[in-house]
Amino acid sequence: MAFMAEQASGTPGVRATVLDNGLTVFVQEVHTAPLASVWCWYRVGSKDETPGLTGVSHWVEHMNFRGTTNIPRDQVKGIIEQFGGSWNGYTWIDQTTYLETATRDALDRMLFIEAERMANCLYDPEDCEAERTIIISELQGGENDPDQLLDQEVTATAFKAHPYRHPTIGWLPDLQSMSRDDLYGYYRRHYVPNNAALVIVGDVEADEALRRAEAAFGRIPAGPLPHRPRLVEPEQLGERRVTIRKAGTTAYFKAAFHAPAVGDPAFFPMLVLDAVLSGAKGLNLWASFRTPPPQRRARLYRALVETGLASAVNAALLPTQHPFLYVVSVTVREGAAPEEVEAATLRELDEVRRLGVTAEELAGAKRQLRARLVFENDSVTNIAHQLGYFATVASVDLYRTLAARVMAVTAAEVADAAGRCLRPGNRTIGWFEPEADAADEAADDRRAADPAIAEGR
Amino acid sequence: MSGVTAAGLAPSRSVLSNGLVVIAKENGTTPAVTINLAVRAGSVCDPADALGTALFVSRTIDRGTAQHTADEIAGQLDGRGIALAVHVTRHLLTMACTCLAEDFDAVLGLIGEMATAPTFPDREVDTRRGEIITAIRQDQDNPAVAAVERLMALLYGDDHPYGRPAKGTIASVTAIASAHLSAFHRAWFAPARTALAIVGDVAAARATDAAARVFSDWTAAPAPAPVLAAPVPATGRRRVVLPMMNKAQVDIAYGFTTIARADPAYDACWIMNNVLGQYALGGRLGESIRERQGMAYYVSSTFDPNAIAGPLLVRAGVNPANVDRALASIDREMAAMAADGVTAKELGESKQYLIGSMPRTLETNAGIAAFLQMVEYFDLGLDYDLRVPERLRAVTLDQVNGAARRMLRVDRAAVVIAGPYEDGPDAVPQA
Repeated sequence: MAFMAEQASGTPGVRATVLDNGLTVFVQEVHTAPLASVWCWYRVGSKDETPGLTGVSHWVEHMNFRGTTNIPRDQVKGIIEQFGGSWNGYTWIDQTTYLETATRDALDRMLFIEAERMANCLYDPEDCEAERTIIISELQGGENDPDQLLDQEVTATAFKAHPYRHPTIGWLPDLQSMSRDDLYGYYRRHYVPNNAALVIVGDVEADEALRRAEAAFGRIPAGPLPHRPRLVEPEQLGERRVTIRKAGTTAYFKAAFHAPAVGDPAFFPMLVLDAVLSGAKGLNLWASFRTPPPQRRARLYRALVETGLASAVNAALLPTQHPFLYVVSVTVREGAAPEEVEAATLRELDEVRRLGVTAEELAGAKRQLRARLVFENDSVTNIAHQLGYFATVASVDLYRTLAARVMAVTAAEVADAAGRCLRPGNRTIGWFEPEADAADEAADDRRAADPAIAEGR
Repeated sequence: MSGVTAAGLAPSRSVLSNGLVVIAKENGTTPAVTINLAVRAGSVCDPADALGTALFVSRTIDRGTAQHTADEIAGQLDGRGIALAVHVTRHLLTMACTCLAEDFDAVLGLIGEMATAPTFPDREVDTRRGEIITAIRQDQDNPAVAAVERLMALLYGDDHPYGRPAKGTIASVTAIASAHLSAFHRAWFAPARTALAIVGDVAAARATDAAARVFSDWTAAPAPAPVLAAPVPATGRRRVVLPMMNKAQVDIAYGFTTIARADPAYDACWIMNNVLGQYALGGRLGESIRERQGMAYYVSSTFDPNAIAGPLLVRAGVNPANVDRALASIDREMAAMAADGVTAKELGESKQYLIGSMPRTLETNAGIAAFLQMVEYFDLGLDYDLRVPERLRAVTLDQVNGAARRMLRVDRAAVVIAGPYEDGPDAVPQA
């Protein structure tokens, strides 16, 4: 055993250790089901990409499911399913992560897969080409959704310096031109143990799990940490606006505001403010956003959906390492006037900016967030996600104190956060305006050709 | 207490005097409870002249009761951090939520009110109608949705309850009023058509008592279940193109009708579909179309048997230039599996996967509740979670290969292509 440092993590039940090679390991025993979840997190995401290589982090993630020295390509995806396990991975602006959840007797196999992924991926040139077209297909599938297309353009407009501006999937020309060497070089620079965190949660014994992690990862050498330039988006000086006009059936509206990073004390008042405006979501990107928020009494829902201006409204304040965006998204109801939708949205945001929230709203938002923080930790997979996520973008200590930080928020802090974030000069307005209308014409053609469609199917 | 032990879930099941089934399972993983109420009032119950009624009910049933206004209900749910999900499938209308254990009694009472005494206020009906019409318009611009809806119509016929659009049409939804929703509720909502699952940090006996308090006085008489015709067997291949030239990617939907859930071949088909389009990211289809040829970000198959023969659906998203190649690959994989069957290795891996995934399926309260509702709906028995492994182990290679031969008939497949694609002059004529 050669642990360089071992300390109490500060979180009850969580063991934290740093191996000699710099890999941080977190273990939490949860004995409610005979399962274990293993996640390996890398401090690399699309904010670490340079112009010309946008999308490389995500493409590297795809390549890391394409075989290693000791796991042939055609076995990578089945190797854990033989244990009934699930596996996945995702890349976002700050981080890349991989996971397996399976019965506890598969722990060694899960650790083996992640150690292989860290050190021994192959990057076969033919596989790189196959993934190029798969990822372009993923990008085009996303562009089929007007709301996603608008989100991408609004983000790109809101940032002019910080690399949060480009989509994690990358820009199409970069995906068309990137080479195998670009991918492999990026992998080697970022996939070192001292740039990673390993999380094990489930029906395991902590000391034994740590020993196994050491056995699987201990021989992988540390590497030089990638250079990280200091990235600060300059203050926005006035409202920005982007409008996409494209064939479609439905109009979408977004208002995006530069917002605090998760480590900023102002983050939690903003989180409470978001609950008042659109209902509490929680803070688990793996779980919370799959369930709709409780929002029927929320201000934006009442102002937009209950009035018949919108068929849906949502807002998101996501926990990020650097200041990202608070984005309000509205689906315009069929027949509603877009200018009224924009005016009503901005009127609500302006009112809360000027007047803050009521004591009753503050208490209600906290109750919602307290419940959501319970709901989002209901499985070993979800708990492991939260440990690793916060260890990567902030700290495990922050994770441990989420509920306390929410409960400590005052109405004055919410008012202050609203006052600073929701200024008109800090916002980017986005519109998707459906044009009349290739989709409609096509639908009309289909109706003419097919009586079943004439009914509007 | 854990979700799954060697003894299995062993839920408690009781039937109230009015016929309502209560299934309870204690699970103390988190201080929360999942409530899942399923009524046999899905979209197959839609009147033929009012398509979309079940879905419309699902969007309005929580918007006012004899005792509480929509706003009061919203306050009670929102204040507890609860988002009630009301969801309609072909056969079931399900109301489900997770609440803190301390809120269980109050929330169950509220769900009871909504299920038994909704009022469908006109104002709410009008507002929700606009939302549904917007959703139908969004679907019209969504190639993936358009492809699957058209495929279901091809497989079952435009007028069959499986072939009709669950949301209805703009015309049908425009004509639905509060009285139609009330009439649907009277016709299909009854205790004998309802099952309630309660899973979480509440003792099973206490959960059952609470359910009895809330639902015992409900006396609606059950209507006879709707009779569904079996799908007409396909006699040839059908192919429809839905050009949507404003899109970047094509969605393909490809499928057959298969068997009913009660068919003895169910387990063999379940395994066969796992090999075909599920195992290790899309099974054989994923290996061919995604991994080897790089043609699609997603490709997989789903097998969805029900009261009657359900569909086996393959879905893929591909670049417009690759549509013909992707379809040829789907055909090739189907034909190969029908002719040569699966290998012993594939059979073993898929069995291991399906058996081994049970503890994950049954880890969370919501997962357990959904599983228990499935067991109740298909009448599989309270120990079904324990019997799945032995049932799957007993399936033979011959049974799986027989299922493949019986179902995967390339010459009888229905195919829909939606997106930036148009048939050339030499295209196969449309059905």
